[in-house]
Amino acid sequence: MEPTDTGNPDYFHKVVDCQWACPAHTDVPEYIRLIAQARFTDAYLVNRESNVFPGILGRVCDRPCEPACRRGRVEDKPVAICRLKRVAADHRDAVAALLPKAPPKGNGKRIACIGAGPASLTVANDLLPLGYAVTIFERWGLSGGLMRTNIPAFRLPAAVLDEEIGYITSMGAELKLNSPVESLKALLGDEGFDAVFIGSGAPKGKELNVPGRADSDRVHIGIDWLHSIAFGHVEKIGERVLIIGVGNTAMDCCRSSLRLGAKNVKVMARKSREFFKASEWELEDAESEGVEILVNHSPKAIQTSAGRVTGMLFDLLDYDLEGGRITNERVVGEKLIPCDDVILAIGQENAFPFIERDLGIEFDKWMVPKVDPATFQSTRPGVFFGGDAAFGPKNIIWAVEHGHQAAISIHRYCEGREVTERPARGVTLASRKMGIHEWSYKNDYNPVERRLVPHVGLAERFKKIRIEVELGFDAAQTALEVQRCLNCDIQTVFAAPLCIECDACIDICPVDCLTMTENGSEAELGTRLKAPRRSTEQALYVSAPLKQTGRVMVKDEDLCVHCGLCAERCPTAAWDMQKSTVHIPHASFDEAPCQATPSRKTA
Amino acid sequence: MTSITKPKIAHPSLPKNELGLTRREYEGGMSTLCAGCGHDSITAAIVEACWGMSLRPEQLVKLSGIGCSSKTTAYFVSGAHGFNSVHGRMPSIASGANAANRELYYIGVSGDGDSLSIGLGQLAHAIRRNVNMLYLIENNGVYGLTKGQFSASADIGTKSKKGEANQQPPIDPVLLALTLGASFVGRGFSGDKRQLVPMIQAGLAHPGFAIIDVLSPCVTFNDHEGSTKSYAFTREHYHAAADFVPPSKEIAVEYAEGSATVVPMHDGSHVRLRKLETGYDASDRASAYQYIEAKLKEGEYVTGLIHASDGSGNEMHAVNQTSSTALNKIPYSKLSPGSATLAKLMDRYR
Repeated sequence: MEPTDTGNPDYFHKVVDCQWACPAHTDVPEYIRLIAQARFTDAYLVNRESNVFPGILGRVCDRPCEPACRRGRVEDKPVAICRLKRVAADHRDAVAALLPKAPPKGNGKRIACIGAGPASLTVANDLLPLGYAVTIFERWGLSGGLMRTNIPAFRLPAAVLDEEIGYITSMGAELKLNSPVESLKALLGDEGFDAVFIGSGAPKGKELNVPGRADSDRVHIGIDWLHSIAFGHVEKIGERVLIIGVGNTAMDCCRSSLRLGAKNVKVMARKSREFFKASEWELEDAESEGVEILVNHSPKAIQTSAGRVTGMLFDLLDYDLEGGRITNERVVGEKLIPCDDVILAIGQENAFPFIERDLGIEFDKWMVPKVDPATFQSTRPGVFFGGDAAFGPKNIIWAVEHGHQAAISIHRYCEGREVTERPARGVTLASRKMGIHEWSYKNDYNPVERRLVPHVGLAERFKKIRIEVELGFDAAQTALEVQRCLNCDIQTVFAAPLCIECDACIDICPVDCLTMTENGSEAELGTRLKAPRRSTEQALYVSAPLKQTGRVMVKDEDLCVHCGLCAERCPTAAWDMQKSTVHIPHASFDEAPCQATPSRKTA
Repeated sequence: MTSITKPKIAHPSLPKNELGLTRREYEGGMSTLCAGCGHDSITAAIVEACWGMSLRPEQLVKLSGIGCSSKTTAYFVSGAHGFNSVHGRMPSIASGANAANRELYYIGVSGDGDSLSIGLGQLAHAIRRNVNMLYLIENNGVYGLTKGQFSASADIGTKSKKGEANQQPPIDPVLLALTLGASFVGRGFSGDKRQLVPMIQAGLAHPGFAIIDVLSPCVTFNDHEGSTKSYAFTREHYHAAADFVPPSKEIAVEYAEGSATVVPMHDGSHVRLRKLETGYDASDRASAYQYIEAKLKEGEYVTGLIHASDGSGNEMHAVNQTSSTALNKIPYSKLSPGSATLAKLMDRYR
């Protein structure tokens, strides 16, 4: 193998599994260290730079970082990254004065954002400091999009939403509530916006066409029903409720039902548990509240009597599985389950009634707009998509990342530059060695297990729908949980010319991830490592040939726990522990502000 | 020396030996030697060797004297028996322990100071007595613990850290052991575990006294230019001439007549010596001596299993016709037959 190019910004970035897995590339180990030092405000700001909504995401993020966490490879459970994010958000001081501000004089460009959800808000957050005038059009009377209307208040309190959205609007975004956009043509034409960002989400719940669907008003579309709760239009539900579907929306529906008077709530799944779309922790939370999840039930008909739902009929299915995939299914029976309400939570779709079809914005055969996955520009220059509106339902953290990328594109577009040319990522490395046996980070491996976040008691939490269930870590839990982070961003960096091949690092490595051997191809070298290679997902770090024998130092990045013992035992400092800071470009930091020129449209 | 503790976690797919144990379970305490010390690599080789042989930790006795080398017994197989003796007196303790319990594996770890200066007489007599043990000399040519003075194994002309050249001739432990009649003599290098690990296993399995001189650079006081025991010098003058096949029960490969010599081990397995160069026969003490001496004059360190012959005939217990069971397994009544029997015995001499 060729010596590893550690100058490639992606090389060490990939070693920081959580940051690599995060769509917005939040510098997780850095903020966990700050929390460990009780620097909550700094931790919050590190978060906000990439994910914009630390308080919101610290409660309801989909957490792609946690399954990726390195700790999960040497122990059962990953670091509770999301819960720690909430700790930073809950305990910080006032940050308003520390946030970026819009320049006193704008650049004269006007940007319209459609929908006041996370994607649009991120676009505004990134463009306002560059001098843009950003107008956000929101169809409903409250901002936040699906964060507000679809996530129940017992998971995400309104105050958290208001505060973090407030940071963006107080930067100078013009938020037009109760202002549904009727015509994109008008926005681009008469209203004279330089660019339009469409972050209108996927607001349309999927229908279930079974007999009896239309015979009662007690069959609800899940996201619309949650929306009605959020706006106070719905305050009760029948005693027996069936939820159809087993995604995260279904989890919110079943738990909301329990708070509106339901006594018996069943979630009906078509397939078995391994195919559930809901996050494991959301399933756990629902089940701990007494929700029953029934598998292999396929909806057949809704039974009604005089406009009231009396029950629902299901086909019982049986599946043949092969290698985790369904190869065959058959009906093995039928079952009637009595109920008073049915909530459909089987998916959601985009809807763009406001986009005229002659604007040059192309749609595919499913009526999804054609959007460039790197620039987020549609087929019409100057019109950008992001969040669920771009590629269908994902999650908040993806919407934020779409917003960041779209903001870069919008800025380049407004400056007349190529949107396809993206600002480059970078990486800087800085040694953490302070002296002999002294490192400026804590590298003792703490074998403590993942802390469990405390919840409000089961009786107490059902009293009101707005009682937040999760309480967040207390000080003692936080102090232990931060120690579980392995500091994957403190990299083992090797300097081949310094190595005297004494074997000290290899002998001390607790996980046997180092080998000194003759060079070979990656596949062949992988068979000669001191400990067997388990996965090729992480790279082999291969050095230049060593001075004395011409062998190479090989490190399997997969299992390194970043304990620093190799560097500690190295007599010549050929191994060093260096903090890698991955530079992720954002419009507000990396682009020069627009020159103050008159708007393209008004000039 | 290190301030971070080695975490207890391990690679999830670490191989297990016949006892179901991983290498990690053969480790000892954290080393307090200098970072990069050759001794730590030898420690790792011992761990690997004991794990590979599937020794139960309590089957092993580790003994040492004084010096950097002698600290290392604390760093491997923490479940083994151990005795850290007076400077240079480890062979006596080993002889005594072995006399009392012949059923255990004995490994003595010593250094060039402990063995070739203060303890030379002890070493010589342990070889002569043919105690069934593996004796490892962690040889770095300096007194590391007292800041790097030349030891008795320092070569003529080798330079101290301050640049002073050594004038006195060295004692070579390999030539010494060959002269005194050791039946298993090897030389290794801390930087070559591929050779060292099987050699340690063969030495442990060998019936009788087995000695391995392991070149183990002192990273702090003897790893500079001009030193003949630095990592770089050792690698340049490293001559793996004496090869062997590690102990095994089955003889899988047939060797052409005269190309390999089979030496029996006490557990019924065999070590086979391969002839790498013409005119060198590792089973023949005299020719091994000549070869090593000639190579030393050329400045070459011959490594590998230099000499091995059947050592069981004059092994300490055989010569003294001792009981075939360990003393702790003999009932007390038999071990101490009482004053009446003693009186009877004494009567024979009156």
